[in-house]
Amino acid sequence: MSEPIETHAVDVLVIGAGGAGLRAAIAAHDAGARVGLVCKSLLGKAHTVMAEGGMAAALGHVAPDDSWQVHFRDTMVGGKLLNNPRMAELHAKEAPERVRELESWGAVFDRTTDGRILQRPFGGHSHPRLAHVGDRTGLEMIRTLQDRAVSLGIDVFMECTVTRLISGAHGICGAYGYWRTTGRPVVFSAKAVVLATGGIGRAYSVTSNSWEYSGDGHALAYDAGAELIDMEFVQFHPTGMVWPPGVRGLLVTEAVRGEGGILRNRDGRRFMWDYLPEDRRGEYAATDEEAERWVRAASRSQPTDARRPPELSTRDNVSRAIYQEVRDGRGSPHGGVFLDISYLPADHVRQKLPSMYDQFKELADVDITKGPMEVGPTTHYVMGGIRVDAETGATTVAGLFAAGECAGGMHGGNRLGGNSLSDLLVFGARTGAGAAAHAAGFPGTPYLDPVQLRVAERELGEPLERLDGEDAYAIQRDLQETMQTLVGIYRTEADLTEAIARLADLRARWLAVRAPNGRAYNPGWNLVFDMRNLITVSEAISRSARQRQESRGAHSRVDYPDLDDRAWGGVNSVVHRASDGTMEVGTSPLVSMREELRALLGGAH
Amino acid sequence: MTGPRQPGEAGRAVTVVEPTEVTAASGPATAGQVIEAAVPAEAAGATATLRVFRGEAGQDTRFEDFAVPVQEGMVVLDALHWIQGNAAPDLAVRWNCKAAKCGSCSAEVNGHPRLTCKTRLSDLDLAEPITVEPMRSFPHIRDLVTDVSWNYAVNRTIQPFTPPADLPQSEWRWQQADIDRLQEFRKCIECFLCQDVCHVLRSHETERPFMGPRYLVRTAGLEMHPIDQADRRPYLKELGNIGYCNITKCCTEVCPEHIAITDNAIIPLKERVADRYYDPLRWAWRVLRGRLPELPVGRELPVFPGGQPPAASADPQADGSEAAGTSPPERRDEPS
Amino acid sequence: MTGQATSLRGILKPRGTAPTGAGATSRRDDWLAAPLNVGFWLAVLVLYATFSALVWEPVFGVAHEADGYLSPFYAPFVSGEGFPAWLSPALVTLWIPIGFRVTCYYFRRAYYRAYLADPPACAVGEPRIHGRYRMENALPFILQNLHRLFLYLAVVLLAIHWIEVVTSFFPASGARIGLGSVLLLADITLLTGYVSSCHSLRHIVGGRLDCFSCSTINRTRHGAWKILSGLNANHMVWAWASLFSIVLVDIYIHLLALGVLVDPAIRL
Repeated sequence: MSEPIETHAVDVLVIGAGGAGLRAAIAAHDAGARVGLVCKSLLGKAHTVMAEGGMAAALGHVAPDDSWQVHFRDTMVGGKLLNNPRMAELHAKEAPERVRELESWGAVFDRTTDGRILQRPFGGHSHPRLAHVGDRTGLEMIRTLQDRAVSLGIDVFMECTVTRLISGAHGICGAYGYWRTTGRPVVFSAKAVVLATGGIGRAYSVTSNSWEYSGDGHALAYDAGAELIDMEFVQFHPTGMVWPPGVRGLLVTEAVRGEGGILRNRDGRRFMWDYLPEDRRGEYAATDEEAERWVRAASRSQPTDARRPPELSTRDNVSRAIYQEVRDGRGSPHGGVFLDISYLPADHVRQKLPSMYDQFKELADVDITKGPMEVGPTTHYVMGGIRVDAETGATTVAGLFAAGECAGGMHGGNRLGGNSLSDLLVFGARTGAGAAAHAAGFPGTPYLDPVQLRVAERELGEPLERLDGEDAYAIQRDLQETMQTLVGIYRTEADLTEAIARLADLRARWLAVRAPNGRAYNPGWNLVFDMRNLITVSEAISRSARQRQESRGAHSRVDYPDLDDRAWGGVNSVVHRASDGTMEVGTSPLVSMREELRALLGGAH
Repeated sequence: MTGPRQPGEAGRAVTVVEPTEVTAASGPATAGQVIEAAVPAEAAGATATLRVFRGEAGQDTRFEDFAVPVQEGMVVLDALHWIQGNAAPDLAVRWNCKAAKCGSCSAEVNGHPRLTCKTRLSDLDLAEPITVEPMRSFPHIRDLVTDVSWNYAVNRTIQPFTPPADLPQSEWRWQQADIDRLQEFRKCIECFLCQDVCHVLRSHETERPFMGPRYLVRTAGLEMHPIDQADRRPYLKELGNIGYCNITKCCTEVCPEHIAITDNAIIPLKERVADRYYDPLRWAWRVLRGRLPELPVGRELPVFPGGQPPAASADPQADGSEAAGTSPPERRDEPS
Repeated sequence: MTGQATSLRGILKPRGTAPTGAGATSRRDDWLAAPLNVGFWLAVLVLYATFSALVWEPVFGVAHEADGYLSPFYAPFVSGEGFPAWLSPALVTLWIPIGFRVTCYYFRRAYYRAYLADPPACAVGEPRIHGRYRMENALPFILQNLHRLFLYLAVVLLAIHWIEVVTSFFPASGARIGLGSVLLLADITLLTGYVSSCHSLRHIVGGRLDCFSCSTINRTRHGAWKILSGLNANHMVWAWASLFSIVLVDIYIHLLALGVLVDPAIRL
């Protein structure tokens, strides 16, 4: 404590440099704020690079009758009406502008024959709607935003982890963290803080997410007193790789199905016909022939009267279907099902799905132009997150903002593919501007409370100083196993209660965790703080899941298999920290919907 | 089992760690997810020895050997994770996506610059220890992690995308054929393996900076953009020192995204620089014409199907494209 | 990391930890094989070419022409009349293909690696042959930028050479299809492939355009560029094939001239 801590003063501190963080930083910069952008890994490596399929925006380039109203309706229906309707509305209205803006910053999207941005169909979307670049849209997006942010001169603090938010009289006014390369502490004083830290996938052992997805933003906000909503809704992407073991969970983009991929079980049956929800069956093709006609038209970006194939049902539904096929013994040799695109011309497949082709060729020795892939569900996204104001991204704590995956409300009970990238842009921009406005109204300069700094400093040092204790990897293994087995696709009261008890154990073990061998780039030590956050987030998921006694969207209860609109259709789950430090779970009524929006939903509500 | 091995001449401390348990990467069989694989790992019992570069910058570095149980389909990064989880929790490795999409886990495996998440053990000779070293061209931090911040510093010097000021984005039209080239360059995941292997950056101390293959690729993606207005050729020649590249193609050989860096990015840029500075016919033409501004090379604006080309910007040459580009402080317009 | 730097000046890469010295590497494969192979064959072919152009006829008096077939080293043929005796007629035009090949993007790579060991192979240390690395930024290698000048001249020569090959089917003695003609035809086809796959040509034809679809001319040039790009992907193969074929045809013609072989021909 003798030497002074390295301190940086900014107006707006953005934590996380994925799509939402970068876009928020750019927006705050444009609003005149001095911005600091902190990220855990190198700039441009954030999880956004793994997004493949595209970003949903009702540009209407392929289907002229697409509109924000249809996009809004698709989003709400996909989210089982739990979405914050204002967010869904803003998202549908502003996504096209954000996509065009991205192009004006240098993004190079695939083109239609008349030279405009091409759009591809995706699950749950009524029209071809996803602006894309082959199957590496996320990379294009993050590179474009990264170059934009760099050219604007935004300060980037790479490989820097924030472990605590600092609060003061006017709300959040700073953050405490450390440099991963040296382990030295660093403090940021800020008039507003934007959390854009992404998701929580690392809580599960089979996940498409990278190590960074440790729920940092969720946990930091929770610790600072903010509310988390809808945490029980964790999206299991239907198609992750299942073999070989090292790549289990790795994402197989939904674009494979968007381009015409067919799901079959061991017996060769196209089982998705059996799992279409009755009330939506009319939106899907009736026969193989109609589905194929749709695929042919879609591959040439032509309009067609054929309806979309059953594989393009919403993700929650496809995941459950695959799970049940496997459980009933109709799975593929390695515990998945078959996804086949090899009936299309090889050149077309390679052009539209180049990285999928490489991924299977290099990691699994499978040529997807010649034979089927083996796929199964994988943890992919958390719909739940920090409760935010739709207009500004403000959380329930003054000075604290959130955008992207760590913010909740936009996607309700289930996210549609492609809505995530556009979510990052729309609410990244809004939140950056909101935070800049808050910073501009901040009275005086932030005061960093030395007591809070000392607490954070002590927490950082303790695992290094303990002489014995287990390492954080053991905790990670047990946490992942707990969440995977007890809080997976299908949940029961008993499992969830068991999970909550085990998480309490893990928290106790965490308090005694040891990380030897110094601070400099020590992953064993870094992991300690990821685990702290993941335990908090996992508890929030488990408690919310136990509370919601129905099955809706991505949340499926074996003991409550049906939708229960009367009891649960009108509320979001809310988690917050009680005054005694324990986690309190409850509900709050849905954000009310304006009448003209309600009218857009037609018979869907 | 290869058993304990003595490390090579560079080795000092030797740690041989026997596997204590074989943990499936995906954890135990789960009820909440896809049921576990029906086929057991064929290679159960087989072991690979990883000889890993360890140590902190400024201190003695050494190789340590680890015996790692081999699973089918295992990649080097899996093996490094196994070491972290079972033998050396402080082993520093940079990684993110484990899917060859983020370009974080670059290292040198048996001397070859590779993404460790894409390097399968089955492609290596397991009879010998597998050497894993950090990227050698960059300053060392700890174990397999190096300081790559220099690359970001270079990136900041490139003039960003510069669309015409008077042409709104809603009017932009171009064909897929116009951007196929660019999309190849934009596949780059910034793993910096090309920067690592490039002998100019690796083996030479140059008196002026060399931007390296990664940033030649980025510049190519900007220069060949159908409506980008900037001219980065003076930058390439005078500041990026494209002339340092002697096209020996190692960058292309190591690119995990299979970008034809040399043939499709660097050589075309060298040709564009030659257009401006070294073309004898163009030079003669300029002399004859009294050094008029250059021919409008790659300056065409798209034709708009169904629309009128915007009047004022149709000929960006009118206001002198030479001035529109990057303006390095001491650029020369003619070959010296 | 702050702000946008406007200049690269001073942004020298900090020193890494790569082992230095010739051949220093952790590679275990046989990285030396490729440069040795390339170096050997390049040397063999260059030595033979020198012998054929400068020694064979002037010293040993073996003609460069036989049965109406002209050695490709002398093509296109410029009569040596009036030249001093030491000047082989081959040299009058040979500097053009030599210059073209020396500045060729493929051969540059080949001899930089094989002869200058700069680098000998990827991720392998280099011998210290120059204190200050400037390579193609300074003399002499900055002259590699003149590749396009040699290309312009080579295209002209190639056209003349084509005429000579075609006329070899119609010597004064009457039309014939001889093995020599067929070999010459194969040779010039490979040469044409080599020239067509040239990086500079690919650039001039279409690569320098930014917008391929903007006009009819650009669309046509784009079509040509795509074809040339396909050829260009195998530039190395064309380079070697055409080099070997020249030597083989030259040997064949000299063997005819020596009377060792008789050209099998179908006379029409």
